[in-house]
Amino acid sequence: MGIRQVALLGTAIVSAGMIAALTAPSVAQAQNEQFIPNLVYRTGAYAPNGIPFADGVADYINMLNARDGGINGVKIITEECETGYATDRGVECYERLKGKGPTGAAYFSPLSTGITFALTEKAPGDKIPLITMGYGRSDSRDGEIFTWNFPLLGTYWTAANVAIQYIAKEWGGFDKLKGKKIALLYHDSPYGKEPIAALDIMSKKYGFDFLQIPVPAPGSEQKSQWLQIRQQRPDYVLLWGWGVMNSAAVTEAGNVNYPRDHMLGVWWSGAEPDVLPAGDKAKGYKALMLQHPAGKFAVHKDLEKYVISQGKSMAKPEEFGQVLYNRGIINSMLGTESIRTAMAKFGNKPMTGEQVRWGIEHLDLNADRIKQLGFDGMIGPIKVSCLDHEGARLSRVHQWDGKEWKVISDWFKGDDSILEPLVKATADAYGKEKKITPRDCSKAS
Amino acid sequence: MLYREAGQFKASYQADQAIFPVAQDRLVMLALLVIAFLVVPFVTSEYVYRAVLIPTVILSLAAIGLNVLMGYCGQVSLGSGAFMGVGAYAAYNLAVRLPFLNPFVCILLSGFVAAAVGIVFGIPSLRIKGFYLACATLAAQFFGDWAFLRIKWVTNYTPSGSVNAPPLQLFGWDLSSPTANYLVALGITLALALAVKNIVRGHIGRQWMAIRDMDIAAEIIGVRPLYAKLSAFAVSSFLIGVAGAMWAFLYLGSWEPAAFDINRSFSLMFMVIIGGLGSILGSALGAIFIVLLPIFLNQALPPLGAAVGWQISTATVSHFESMIFGALIVFFLVVEPHGLARLWSIGKEKLRLWPFPH
Amino acid sequence: MGFFLEVLIGGLLAGVLYSLVALGFVLIFKASGVFNFAQGAMVLTAGLALVRALDVFEQWHWPFGLALLSAFAFAAVIMAIIAWMVERLVLRKLVNQEDIILFMATIGITFFLEGLAQTLFGADVYPLNVGLPKDPIFLLESLFDGGILVNELDIWAAVAAGLLVAGLALFFQRTRIGRALRAVADDHAAAQSVGIPLNQIWFIVWLVAGLVALVAGAVWGSKLGVQFSLSLLALKALPVLILGGFTSVPGAIIGGLIIGAGEKLAEVFLGPSMGGGIEIWFAYVVALLFLLFRPQGLFGERIIERV
Repeated sequence: MGIRQVALLGTAIVSAGMIAALTAPSVAQAQNEQFIPNLVYRTGAYAPNGIPFADGVADYINMLNARDGGINGVKIITEECETGYATDRGVECYERLKGKGPTGAAYFSPLSTGITFALTEKAPGDKIPLITMGYGRSDSRDGEIFTWNFPLLGTYWTAANVAIQYIAKEWGGFDKLKGKKIALLYHDSPYGKEPIAALDIMSKKYGFDFLQIPVPAPGSEQKSQWLQIRQQRPDYVLLWGWGVMNSAAVTEAGNVNYPRDHMLGVWWSGAEPDVLPAGDKAKGYKALMLQHPAGKFAVHKDLEKYVISQGKSMAKPEEFGQVLYNRGIINSMLGTESIRTAMAKFGNKPMTGEQVRWGIEHLDLNADRIKQLGFDGMIGPIKVSCLDHEGARLSRVHQWDGKEWKVISDWFKGDDSILEPLVKATADAYGKEKKITPRDCSKAS
Repeated sequence: MLYREAGQFKASYQADQAIFPVAQDRLVMLALLVIAFLVVPFVTSEYVYRAVLIPTVILSLAAIGLNVLMGYCGQVSLGSGAFMGVGAYAAYNLAVRLPFLNPFVCILLSGFVAAAVGIVFGIPSLRIKGFYLACATLAAQFFGDWAFLRIKWVTNYTPSGSVNAPPLQLFGWDLSSPTANYLVALGITLALALAVKNIVRGHIGRQWMAIRDMDIAAEIIGVRPLYAKLSAFAVSSFLIGVAGAMWAFLYLGSWEPAAFDINRSFSLMFMVIIGGLGSILGSALGAIFIVLLPIFLNQALPPLGAAVGWQISTATVSHFESMIFGALIVFFLVVEPHGLARLWSIGKEKLRLWPFPH
Repeated sequence: MGFFLEVLIGGLLAGVLYSLVALGFVLIFKASGVFNFAQGAMVLTAGLALVRALDVFEQWHWPFGLALLSAFAFAAVIMAIIAWMVERLVLRKLVNQEDIILFMATIGITFFLEGLAQTLFGADVYPLNVGLPKDPIFLLESLFDGGILVNELDIWAAVAAGLLVAGLALFFQRTRIGRALRAVADDHAAAQSVGIPLNQIWFIVWLVAGLVALVAGAVWGSKLGVQFSLSLLALKALPVLILGGFTSVPGAIIGGLIIGAGEKLAEVFLGPSMGGGIEIWFAYVVALLFLLFRPQGLFGERIIERV
């Protein structure tokens, strides 16, 4: 057989295999299982940040299965799908995983603003909620228009608002903002552009100059942006980056001697992979927190006992307790607690997407419950409602001291007198464009 | 035995020049069409539509477009992703600014916008050749990336720069179901593929091929390079633009410029090369191959690993996917540099003799 | 004025860094006519091999100098293995194919290397410290307000690039292998007929390109940390290449200087009025404009067409 025949035969076999793989009925599934998909990116330019988050998400679910046998006796099954932070791969993952398990996917957390935008169009049709914790569309906290989106714990507009509040506090009051120059160094994508609308409004209200400096993706080269910063001499630089862009920004700040403690990152720019590569240059760099700090808390003991020590975790030892890892377990906790909330109404069986949506919308974690769950000190109370899909608008600031992240501020709360009109306006515009009739939240059960 | 053309006589020039001169080919084609239009809609799941069929059909059209330029006219282009983007954003703007237009009209009109842009970026090809041209087309790619992000008018001043497709309707029918999307995409792709097949067999196509084979010689025998090259750019960009508009409207629904970045250009180029330069059928085969391969690897690797007792993580899967993808491309180029289309015709040759050895 | 100078110098130095990547392209194109898209992936592979080996050796408490040398040696061996495999499994099989096919094959190699490197060495960001100083220095502070900022690392990178070019020039002009390389570049068939072993030469060229990639990986890695994005450097090097010509080593350097200075000046001075982020396409447009006047690049060999 010549090599051509081999190729021909090979092609035939592989194509037969492909067709078989695509048409083969999925393996029969046990009936008492809840399926939670996990969209991850463990490769590519954003992998350093994607990996710890994905590990946190997976470890918490494994821990629930090992410790409690799932949620109220319903075992959780999960499957990862690699998106590489690319929208089309994310959509493919969504389509592949949305129907798995006896009741379909409970919810999706795409961990990418671009994928969130794409799925926002698809989720209502499939009746699957999107939990976009700390990212996604900022106006999607409006539950009357965005029935299926849940930007829990904070949106980018909340982040922008808290950032300005923090700066004002550092300078001694909002009146000190007048005439100052604040630059936004952002990832040139829907993610990085989200805060601009809110910052524009605040710059008018408080009278500071607002300078926008985009960094083309992936953002490993920022020399000209930092030269611009050196020329313009902003009083504060807000960093809205992701992946390698963060560490590159902190490094370049060191290269042009911009004071690191006049830089404030969003909560996606404030984790270990963002500062470690910059070495000493990162010392003093500050970032918002999505409420939680780095470090180990009560829940970590159970994770250690049921997952890490059993060798069931993919996390590297140093990852355990890092910022993004902790964020991953919070993401899973909020999702599984929503399922638990839904079960309280609909019974202890696998929930459908629609039931989970009800569960998220009625999620109410008070301080006692949070303590019970082992998240005391990580997050504050959160209460989601039909009107408010964000649940909490709290944030703090932490600072890198060269070795670890130190919490340096008190809690700030997003200012709804600024945020609410903005959310309302853009959400209504979206609703009009898509011809959505707003839900009446006073009647929603 | 089954595939024999002996005894099929052609009595007219028309019959001799038919696209499928052999009766069996016509039958197979007809059967494929029947399956694609009448059988598939009743047996496929939504996942197969969304993840496999719709992207394959749309990317086939884009690959055909690129093949017109690369395979027929010999001009290497790495900017096809941007031209898809031009199509997508043109369709979006037409739909937003002229709301009375049907989305499908927008999709077709967007092709003309893309063609105009294609002509502009094709002008350097009159002076630059080969790899220099390939790199020059990257200018189109990066300029496109930038323009979609930065020129706010293009995205109708949406704050995040991410835009949505309008709801799809035709004569009052709702065409937003996956089945409808698939049928629409298939219809447009087939109609345009047929048109291209006829163009490349006609005098323009012959001019393109003359330019491809040796442009100076072609010029001497009277082919106008300006006209031939720019028309190739225009036709190619038209097809890619329509494909881009469909990609946005029928597949993504909501998109950002990153959907049309350089990776898209590369994957289109793979489709063309793996499918076969200068072959319409090859473009479609290439698209099928490139769309299916990652999905297949993604689903096949973990069970394979489990079979030999090795738990494969998601990261390893995608690294392996990248490695296998790269290795397969090299393998294909080594074994059959003329692509799947050539393998197909070798297969037909074999079939013609089968079951006899000679 | 001071700021203009600062941007100019910064741009020139950045350009030298692009040249480091472009050099690898030139070497391979010159000797084998292959447009090697995998150069970026080779930079990534070399960088990852270097930084991971260095980590391991440091964990074994080897003295820094020894660890660094061993790590470089380890990475060089990896690059040699890759060069050998490329020659054996790809180039040898594709002799006499069209250029575009070879180009596609190198894109295949790119994907393969990206997957392989990340499987073997991991996908995180690895900070790399090869002992190059990284502090900013300020020149002429008396003359201009704030002085002119220059990054020490960039200067060392420029020195490394200069040494590389000088070394390569010597290698090409003075050594037996260098002469053989030039002969192969001129005419494969003729070179082979006078007894120059083609396969061996190709291996050597890919090895040298691999070593250039190692230097580029070390410099870029100390700048940004070693991570997947290094692979994307290939795209930054392309305009440099078009401008300088595919076959000219000095062209790669001068092209780098022009592109580096041009894109930084454009980004800083034109960028803000155009919304920013223009440097990527600006580099390509500059290269394109040059091409319209000189289709073979600044220093490329004249394209002679025969019918």
